[in-house]
Amino acid sequence: MLAFIIRRLAQAVVVVLAMVSIVFFGAYVVGDPVWMMAPGDATQEQIEEIRRTFGFDQPAHVQFLRFLADIARGEFGRSYVHGSSAIGLILERMPATLELAFAALVFAILFGIPLGLYAGLKPDHWFSRAVMAGSILGFSLPTFWVGLMLIMLFSVMLGWLPATGRGPTVNVLGVETSLLSLEGWRHLMLPAINLGLLKLSLVIRLTRSGAREASLQDYVKFARAKGLSQGRIIGVHILKNILIPIVTVLGLEFGSLVAFSVVTETIFAWPGMGKLLLESIQRLDRPLIVAYVMVVVLLFVTINLIVDILYSALDPRVRITGAES
Amino acid sequence: MTHAIIRSLKSAAAAMVLAGAICGAPALAQDLKIAMSAEPSSVDPHYHNLTPNNQLAKHVFESLTEHDELQRIKPALAESWKVIDDLTWEFKLRANVRFHDGSPFTADDVIFSFNRVPNVPKSPAPKTSYTRGKTIEKIDDLTIRIRTPAPEALMLKHLAQIDIMSAKAAASVTTEDINAGKGAVGTGPYKFVEFVPGDRYVVARNDAYWGEKEPWAKVSYRFIKSDPTRVAAVLAGDVDVIETVPTADAQRLAKEPKLALASALSNRVIYLHLDRLRAESPFIKGKDGATIKNPLNDLKVRQALSKAINRPAIVDRIMEGEAVPASQLVPDSYAGTSKNLKPVAYDVDGAKRLLAEAGLPNGFQLTIHGPNGRYTNDTKLIEAVAQMFTRIGVDTKVETLPPSVFFSRASSGGPDKTPEFSMILAGWSAGTGEPGDSLKALLGSFDPKAGSGSANRGRYSNAEVDKLLAQGLSTVDDDKRADLLARATEIAINDVGIIPIHYQKNTWAAKKGLKVIPRTDEYTFAMSVRTQ
Repeated sequence: MLAFIIRRLAQAVVVVLAMVSIVFFGAYVVGDPVWMMAPGDATQEQIEEIRRTFGFDQPAHVQFLRFLADIARGEFGRSYVHGSSAIGLILERMPATLELAFAALVFAILFGIPLGLYAGLKPDHWFSRAVMAGSILGFSLPTFWVGLMLIMLFSVMLGWLPATGRGPTVNVLGVETSLLSLEGWRHLMLPAINLGLLKLSLVIRLTRSGAREASLQDYVKFARAKGLSQGRIIGVHILKNILIPIVTVLGLEFGSLVAFSVVTETIFAWPGMGKLLLESIQRLDRPLIVAYVMVVVLLFVTINLIVDILYSALDPRVRITGAES
Repeated sequence: MTHAIIRSLKSAAAAMVLAGAICGAPALAQDLKIAMSAEPSSVDPHYHNLTPNNQLAKHVFESLTEHDELQRIKPALAESWKVIDDLTWEFKLRANVRFHDGSPFTADDVIFSFNRVPNVPKSPAPKTSYTRGKTIEKIDDLTIRIRTPAPEALMLKHLAQIDIMSAKAAASVTTEDINAGKGAVGTGPYKFVEFVPGDRYVVARNDAYWGEKEPWAKVSYRFIKSDPTRVAAVLAGDVDVIETVPTADAQRLAKEPKLALASALSNRVIYLHLDRLRAESPFIKGKDGATIKNPLNDLKVRQALSKAINRPAIVDRIMEGEAVPASQLVPDSYAGTSKNLKPVAYDVDGAKRLLAEAGLPNGFQLTIHGPNGRYTNDTKLIEAVAQMFTRIGVDTKVETLPPSVFFSRASSGGPDKTPEFSMILAGWSAGTGEPGDSLKALLGSFDPKAGSGSANRGRYSNAEVDKLLAQGLSTVDDDKRADLLARATEIAINDVGIIPIHYQKNTWAAKKGLKVIPRTDEYTFAMSVRTQ
């Protein structure tokens, strides 16, 4: 088990290094950040001064080596624009994004599994057909459009929920959270639904196909023949067996919820990491872009690890050993 | 039984709706919520010369002089001033002004602030161009003298850009400290409360303010970059005021009974810059694809291109009325502009005739480059211009690039760090509220040492313009300077150094009952929002 985790972490370091190099040079090719930093009326002299301050006057490989040297010293770069630690800025905004991704995931699971089970167990019922048709919409409608429609309907026309931003936050064990107040949930509701809609469709489809397959299995027939209650058959025999693919997919999807909440965060002006990333790309704030990629890679590695461990809990056939994986 | 359940459900639902309504209502009528379209990088007033930073700083900090809503200079922390000689100015500071921490404002704070500006570490865009060369001498606690090595005509304009911080409170604070609220001590009408990067900026009324006190007990700024979201936020009542109403929505929002719109002509001109550097320009070819000599060096061709642009149609169709056809670098309501210049009239036949006279009766091929998403409707605008050029026989292609790529290539993407493109669309805002700096940057000969031509991406150069400009920028007398600058503008524009297209309008939307006093400098101040 321990060897497995250590090996995974070693792999993660290699992946992070590779990603950082690709992103650094990618951002380097895109353009010269000095033009995004200097005011429009800056003189040539000022522009050269800014270049020297930030080392843009050096060739790419020198800038990259300096950057690596900084990392080796534990200094992960300072945002050109904000002047403060890039990792710090990202971590500061991470709770907002995690909160949003978490709420979206809960929304997807809470509605997705029951709806999917129903559709899987009673495939010919009109309601099941409606759910499946709806899930196609959930897949195919673009996130930004759905977001705007949600705002139009619930905020502008009905006036039920606020259109933008995050509710008041309280500090719990050093983390700012807005989950503890009604106002916080009111702000969270629309962006979470918007972000979770695609995952909801995914969960519905996975659960449905799993349930259909499982309900034809011998062990389910046997359970039924034994006279077990319908609830026990569904809850223990079917659900437990179809959870493995759902957990795998949702684990990875949680990563993508966190990493790619950019669109939702922008539309709902949600002060999370995605919004920060978008602005950093527009401003060519290289240290922030690179730091973001590092954080996201680590996040995916961690999630994969947790998923692998969860597997063994759900399915005793999967054993984690150093040699096997 | 069932009935009772339904009834209790109904009352529970009603209670929830009621609770929602209470939570959703603004806490106090005296609070103001404003949504900005751009995000500040810091609240340190000397850290980054960026519009949103400068805009927010003006709530907490003040400078010796300030711009009014039409960018005319008015006294602020300096009560009065006189010019002693061409190189020396004397300023009387306002008495009985106190910083937010209660300490009195004196000459020492001015000297401290001027010394701090060039020494902010890792500043992405320092405000040094406003302090450079100025030496300050304290005469007494409320009198200072500023000396410059050469006559500085824009002295009062420059002073409006330097916010005064408390020498005591800000003595050893870093930019990060100020973002956290430490040392964010000014004399302004509002006090710093909180800054959450990426989310909000909150200030509270300064009850000890020396001037007229503000009506708003608390002002919160939100940063909402996405246009539809910003509009939805004001429609839903999340915020009271939004800036930069998208042109596509302006007409519809004007009819909305819940809102009131206000707009002002901005100091931003949208223009085309033409390659005057090269004998053969890289993105210009003959009709047959052969290399030809750069036609933009011929005045007649430049005039023809300007005549080919149907400015009223662009304003009407592309900008949906949210712009005004441009004749020069800044709108002619400003001092120092020429009253003789009018927007060039749309004249296809005249343009074709000029092309024929220039020896290019069949036109040529051209590519216009421009930024994508930097200015209002920029891509649509370039496409429209390209169609208009094609109509007179100049087959025009369009290539738009992300701003970060565009400006770096347009400024120095060519060989030997020369501008890369043949023709670009760009915008320029006259921060000082007069054409002097604009002329120097856009149409002054490119000379990094002298600081002129810094945005001259066409490398236009005209000795006479340079001479008048140099004279103008060192003439302290306002009327004489205005006259010199107007003459320089006329020469450069009649020589088609740039092709001006339009001036953008700035539009604000506010909840009914609020009134926004529109500003030409694109700033949104709580001080400009009043109840009706």
